Amino acid sequence: MFSLGLTSLLVRRNLLFVLMSLEVMLNAAGLAFVVAGSRWHQADGQVVFLFILAMAAAEVAVGLALVVQIYRHFQSLDVDGLDEMRG
Amino acid sequence: MELAFYIAGAVAVISTILMLTRMNVVHALLYLIVSFLAVAVDFYVLGAPFVAALEVIVYAGAIMVLFVFVGMMFNLGQHAVKMERQWLSPGIWSAPALLAAVLLIEVVYLAKGSTGAIGASVIQPKEVALVLFGPYMIGIELASMLLLAGMVGAYHIGSRQAEKPEIQHDADTHERRADTSGDLVLAGAHQPSRTP
Repeated sequence: MFSLGLTSLLVRRNLLFVLMSLEVMLNAAGLAFVVAGSRWHQADGQVVFLFILAMAAAEVAVGLALVVQIYRHFQSLDVDGLDEMRG
Repeated sequence: MELAFYIAGAVAVISTILMLTRMNVVHALLYLIVSFLAVAVDFYVLGAPFVAALEVIVYAGAIMVLFVFVGMMFNLGQHAVKMERQWLSPGIWSAPALLAAVLLIEVVYLAKGSTGAIGASVIQPKEVALVLFGPYMIGIELASMLLLAGMVGAYHIGSRQAEKPEIQHDADTHERRADTSGDLVLAGAHQPSRTP
């Protein structure tokens, strides 16, 4: 699932899809932590998943605010069109 | 019990693949919600009921609500009504509903069986809390600071929409550029800030 998210991050050119694939990648990493914690019967895996959850929530809030601002400025969500900051 | 884990994992992977290949944002969000629910069922099967509940509440609840609202904001156009009628056609929601039905059957079977988890026993929320507020106390503080910074940052980024284009507009007019002697950085900086 992590590789799926990474592939879609590279393939898709829509900013919303980029954010969604970031969510998929974070979710896959959390799943790996919980599986490892369940395998060795430690609660640490779930603790790390809680941290990943908090980080994903903060990241999505800031990222969606940035997407809204970018859409208002450029009227498009194409990542390739956003390279006008390039020197 | 292992079969349930693999079925839920297959549902998660299939719905993620279908999410990546959708062209419409809202269709992709439907598949993404199904994927998160499948991962939550996986957590439950693995013996982590607390994390499974948090996955449903935070991921499939809060984060998806944010995505749905932003996705709907971008789709408001002249053909919004036509699009909305098209979204309600059965071909769109039948595949996510089918995958979610597989998950529902699995959850009902698991709730009736009331058996343990795969391999090791269930890790109760009490153990998680004891570890979380014991050696990971600094992580709790860092996560709370991160959430606060995220909230303030999102509010700051989201509330600048009226101010920024006007400053650029002031810099483009020739008269404003004259009284700052051609300094584009200072152009418009002394203007009274207009309330949005």
